[in-house]
Amino acid sequence: MKPSQVTTLEGNEAVAYIAYRVNEVCAIYPITPSSTMAELADQWASEGKTNIWGNIPLVVEMQSEGGAAGTVHGALQTGALTTTFTASQGLLLMIPNMYKMAGELTSAVLHVAARSLAAQGLSIFGDHSDVAAVRHTGFAQLASSTVQEGHDMALMAQASSLEGRIPFIHFFDGFRTSHEVNKLSLIPDEDIRAMINAEQVRAHRGRGLSPDNPFIRGTAQNPDVYFQARETVNPFYVRLPSIVQQKMDAFAELTGRKYQLFDYYGHPEAERVVVIIGSAAQTLIETVNYLNKQGEKVGVINVRLCLPFSAEHFIKVIPSTVKSIAVMDRIKAPGSTGEPLYGDVVTVLAEAYASGTLPTATIPRITGGRYGLSSKEFTPAMAKAVLDELKKDQPKNHFTVGINDDVSHSSLDYDPSFDIEPDEVVRALFIGLGADGTVGANKNSIKIIGESTPLHAQGYFVYDSKKSGSRTVSHVRFGPNPINSPYLIHSASFIGCHQFVFAEKIDVLENARQGATFLLNSPYGPEEVWDKLPRSLQQSLIDKDIQFYVIDASKVALETGMGNRTNTIMQTCFFAISGVLPREEAIGKIKESIKKTYGKKGEDVVKKNYVAVDQTLAKLYKIDLPKEANGLIDIPPIVPSQAPEFVQNVTAMMMSGKGDQLPVSAMPIDGTYPSGTTQWEKRNISAFVPVWEPDICIQCGNCSFVCPHGVIRSKFYPESRLNNAPENFKSAQINARGFPDIRYTLQVYAEDCTGCSLCVEVCPAKSLQQSGVKAINMKPKEPILQQERTNIGFFEGIPFNDRSKVDFSSVRGAQFLEPLFEFSGACAGCGETPYVRLLSQLFGDRLIMANATGCSSIYGGNLPTTPWTKNAEGRGPAWSNSLFEDNAEFGLGFRLSVDKHTELANQLALELKGEINPALIDDILEATQITESQIRQQRIRVAELKAALIQLDTEKAKDLLSVVDHLVRRSIWIMGGDGWAYDIGSSGVDHVLASGRNINILVLDTEVYSNTGGQMSKSTPMGAVAKFAAGGKPLAKKDLALQAISYGSVYVARIAMGANAQQTLLALREAEAYPGPSLVLAYSHCIAHGINMEHGLKQQDLAVASGHWPLIRYNPALRESDKNPFVLDSPRPTIKLKDYAFNELRYKMLSRSHPVESEQLMALAQKVVNQKWEIYEEMASGSGARFHPDASVKQTSKKQGS
Amino acid sequence: MDLTTNYMGLTLQHPIIASASPLSGTLDGIKRLEDGGSAAVVMFSLFEEQIRHENDAFSHLMESGTQSFAESLSYFPDVDEYQVGPESYLELLQQASEAVDVPIIASLNCVTGDGWIDYAKQMQQAGADGLELNIYSVEPDLDATSDELEQRYIDILKAVKSTVSIPVALKLSPFFSAMGNMAKRLDEAGADALVLFNRFYQPDIDIQDLEVKPSLGLSSAGEIRLPLLWIAILHGKLNASLAATRGVENPDEVIKYLLAGADAVMTTSSLLRHGPAYTNTLLEGLKAWMEARRFSSVKQVRGSMSRAKVANPAAFERANYIRVLESYQSAYI
Repeated sequence: MKPSQVTTLEGNEAVAYIAYRVNEVCAIYPITPSSTMAELADQWASEGKTNIWGNIPLVVEMQSEGGAAGTVHGALQTGALTTTFTASQGLLLMIPNMYKMAGELTSAVLHVAARSLAAQGLSIFGDHSDVAAVRHTGFAQLASSTVQEGHDMALMAQASSLEGRIPFIHFFDGFRTSHEVNKLSLIPDEDIRAMINAEQVRAHRGRGLSPDNPFIRGTAQNPDVYFQARETVNPFYVRLPSIVQQKMDAFAELTGRKYQLFDYYGHPEAERVVVIIGSAAQTLIETVNYLNKQGEKVGVINVRLCLPFSAEHFIKVIPSTVKSIAVMDRIKAPGSTGEPLYGDVVTVLAEAYASGTLPTATIPRITGGRYGLSSKEFTPAMAKAVLDELKKDQPKNHFTVGINDDVSHSSLDYDPSFDIEPDEVVRALFIGLGADGTVGANKNSIKIIGESTPLHAQGYFVYDSKKSGSRTVSHVRFGPNPINSPYLIHSASFIGCHQFVFAEKIDVLENARQGATFLLNSPYGPEEVWDKLPRSLQQSLIDKDIQFYVIDASKVALETGMGNRTNTIMQTCFFAISGVLPREEAIGKIKESIKKTYGKKGEDVVKKNYVAVDQTLAKLYKIDLPKEANGLIDIPPIVPSQAPEFVQNVTAMMMSGKGDQLPVSAMPIDGTYPSGTTQWEKRNISAFVPVWEPDICIQCGNCSFVCPHGVIRSKFYPESRLNNAPENFKSAQINARGFPDIRYTLQVYAEDCTGCSLCVEVCPAKSLQQSGVKAINMKPKEPILQQERTNIGFFEGIPFNDRSKVDFSSVRGAQFLEPLFEFSGACAGCGETPYVRLLSQLFGDRLIMANATGCSSIYGGNLPTTPWTKNAEGRGPAWSNSLFEDNAEFGLGFRLSVDKHTELANQLALELKGEINPALIDDILEATQITESQIRQQRIRVAELKAALIQLDTEKAKDLLSVVDHLVRRSIWIMGGDGWAYDIGSSGVDHVLASGRNINILVLDTEVYSNTGGQMSKSTPMGAVAKFAAGGKPLAKKDLALQAISYGSVYVARIAMGANAQQTLLALREAEAYPGPSLVLAYSHCIAHGINMEHGLKQQDLAVASGHWPLIRYNPALRESDKNPFVLDSPRPTIKLKDYAFNELRYKMLSRSHPVESEQLMALAQKVVNQKWEIYEEMASGSGARFHPDASVKQTSKKQGS
Repeated sequence: MDLTTNYMGLTLQHPIIASASPLSGTLDGIKRLEDGGSAAVVMFSLFEEQIRHENDAFSHLMESGTQSFAESLSYFPDVDEYQVGPESYLELLQQASEAVDVPIIASLNCVTGDGWIDYAKQMQQAGADGLELNIYSVEPDLDATSDELEQRYIDILKAVKSTVSIPVALKLSPFFSAMGNMAKRLDEAGADALVLFNRFYQPDIDIQDLEVKPSLGLSSAGEIRLPLLWIAILHGKLNASLAATRGVENPDEVIKYLLAGADAVMTTSSLLRHGPAYTNTLLEGLKAWMEARRFSSVKQVRGSMSRAKVANPAAFERANYIRVLESYQSAYI
């Protein structure tokens, strides 16, 4: 046995490392939290890394997990060793192929970062719902409970599958294991080769389809033989557990790491035992060891081979002394007799009892319980509660632990203060901002310590629900022994608060143990910092006897030429005072690491960092704690007192990070949540906000039109309203003739602003005297915050302008429409949300939205607070997210339901005509509802009808009341990103466009999978680098517009707000008004383009100017008047493609990594642009006779009666 | 007719050189300059500051928005095989030095001491026949003295000279109080050539938008006077070669520079205006003039109207002034 290389890796990488080495083909598709495995495989392939046979695996991205599964199946059937990586819904999409693969006894391993399934809500976090849902496919299931195990079991699964011919799912806990960084020993290639039997690999190839040895596989079978054929595989399943155990034994010979199918830990004469799968087994092992030292007799069985469940092996590990067993599942199986592992254990023990093979005298008492859904914490305290419960005569069955179930009373109580972490482990918490590099610095510290000292290290990182201004909390442990504590740190010996603002807002010492060290990045020096702390924090510092240090990291960074990079400085402080390593050694290690990281960038960059390190030590101060907390500052309330009850009681708890404490009864029962909760979360994430200059402003509305966060709003109102205005409330004479007494105000919601400054970029009005001053300018927020709070309060009191009096057709007019999508958690400067906000302004009060999973469903629907809101009448967008792949179909369902209920309302109204004012009914049924004023009139008529129906109070009247709102025309929108529209949902989009129904599809086209972190889609342009296209995408993007135009009956537009806001507005309104299907493709600049987001709109303009994104509208309705329905709205390209492209990292990357290929691809891409432009120009010229008439318009018009 | 000249220790077929410009940005461009007749090519300048800026921008954009949101912890593949330094410049330099016969002079503009040394060394390794240090700085610090700024030039030159064995030229700005002494000090510090003069980036102001706008037009013939003056003064007094740059529009300017004492004449503007082949036109014009005047070699022409050689040396120092003083008097009365 040779010493193997020790390194620190994330769980995903530890697994992918093996998967890549033992496969020839990977068919992949991104899904959190498994995406990293696929990304690494693609990256390694592009770097030319080889598998154990010396060749580079073929890595192919598919359009969906369903597609990936099909490809995996195909590659396996033709003999290639093939794998894929997935999770959650992705695994569900693979089910049909999984039955096939297993039925055909195909050697393969799918690696799954196990994740919750979307039910009452989506969750990206970890539990075993996904793998439990595929238990019947015939796949074996092998589980890992640590990062090291993930690495080892990946190989075990592959070796076993090759020998046993049963395909495997190898799974590990999403996030908890997939994203944990830990120290591990890499398996050397010679050991991998020793585990993979070459004969079996050749046998696998030999079973592949070949015309040189033809056979057919995949026949259709009939009642006579299907059943028997299904039973042929039984011996393989019987044999498999022994094969896996043999592989584990062989592996132990090679590496010294020993595993069993069921690993028992604990007292040899344990009376109480827990059976569990995955990372939580480690929590139990720690707890069991601790309790046994206290004199208890407890144990835990860590289930590795979950399927086939070997009764024989299981029985062997049960201590004969056991009296009670708790079986814990990390899933919820509503309506079942118990979750799957519980079912397996009950069955096995009952059968053993019946057959007399049970090691115990009587059958132990068995209870089942649920824990840890969606990465819910499972701590030693909870583990103890489970073991304690087993002591009882009547332990609770079908229990839950980790929550307070005050509805079904299933939950076990536990003592959260139970803490068994050994003192020798340094437990550090770091609270930072996503943007400040805290997580990166911690990962680096783990690498430094884990790889260059004998110490062990573990890191787990908790992120925010928002994409901008998000808080990160790093949980990092260092210690002399392996660290496998798969739970968050609740008694930290070190807490680093990397942003002062957190000390002002939250209880940063909540998880500090007595005597812990607290490091605060503070703009206030050692003399003044104390008075700037909230009183409660002062009290905690004193009560917990905290060692308190401060440093002004921002100042040190600035002074040492590090700009705003404070992470190295905070990291140095940690090394200096945490005691993980002797101070000198620690500083030496940091410097070594700096040299390694920055060496390539030149000696002076290294020197600059060294100076920063040395300066840090000189500027780090220890604060002597006063005896009393005498501060005058209080931590502000989470939400204001006027917030609705639900927000006060539930949302605020989630916002404050205390959502774990919410009981079951506080939760909506069916996933229904109130609209418009972001307004209560004043996030104050930007230190700079736009400030309006009324004297310079021309009231064009551009700034509010582009604001991604809905923080810039305009109203006009009679001058008399200003009588009670606050002193600093700004207004200007409205810039329109004939309204001398009307004032105009543009109000910035400063507390909700993310500081993206798109508004300033787009502002066309410049001061006549002062250089660089526009009608709106970024300025520090602090000095104006109080006054702006007052101003906003006053502004809110001014009613929004009457929609029927606003000019919908101009950008200038649109600023007066109330946004019903506001303050989302999207990235600062997001390119998608301005379109979304605009939709909500134009059609929000009658809008139903089907939103595909992705960025828009996350910033639109991720708890705790959501941005879709309602107006003063209580109307607003009704929003739902079903899945990723099904969104077009989901939205079509909305349409059908609306059509049916509109038809029903019409019919009932006609039937009731005699009993109600017939003229009213006629007016309602014959109303034209195109313009806002027509819709407003219809609302008045419908309100009158409602009143009459209530009066009437018959069965039929009640029926009509239940659908009467449909008499006001609804606007059905289906929205999602390009990953959905071009890839996974492509066939649905296509089918819905072909349905002829009046639906509107908005594609927020970022040309990449943004939400999952920048993977290539079919919209990704040629020459751009993306994940899965690390070598640059060699093919041009799909022209979805032309595809849709080919139907002839679909309204199609391609828009880019930054290039032509007026065309954007026109296209959205035309799409909505068109009575058939509409498709609008909206260029959305994105952080995944690698741009300064401040210049997002400029890039949009350049995208159009270069011809990359020609603005078009295809309106089939124009064919009725014999006009050409294809309108080219942008002028001929005026710049070269590269003059647009090379402003973006996604293109520039290739020019740096592969300059020659980059040049070739860019030249080809330019040709594509030129050629496409010619096609468009040709389509736009001449008469429209070449386009066939739009038959659907008349039909649909008839259907709609409009 | 002998058109050869010796410039910074390099023997050139004739004295006309393509100066640093975008024309030398590609291998094809450099080949076209050679085909067009340039006796040597100064490659476009490698700006250390730009490389640094691009690297910083690159890292910043790579990290932007990362490690913030659980689903998208990064946005780009983590490939670390990137060009972060002058690789593409050096690659082009290497290709060019292999592909063309004329000497290739690499041009360098740095902001740090390490930069000058590292990049100079790498340029030599990549096959540069000579280096041109394009020292460029506008010093807005009112406390920085002329001594300090001048010393910076000397230090950089000495540092580079001690690092490379190929000849090193300095492209200078004309804004030294004691230009002659500065030239002498640089000469003593080992400069193999002085290139007179750099054209500065001098921004303009847009009175509509109230913005400062970059402005760098092509040079015109009127601009030759200042270099002409100093070449005439310095000719024959230094070991370093002298190259004239600025304002070459026609063969006339080439001739004037040679007469003043230039060892080589550089041009970009005329090549940008007329194409790389314009060098041949300039050369033909020079030849025709030499033939008409019966000069048999460039050597003969060179410096024949330098300050040391002209009949009235004071004309170089006070020419314009004297003319103004004298003009109100008739020459004939």
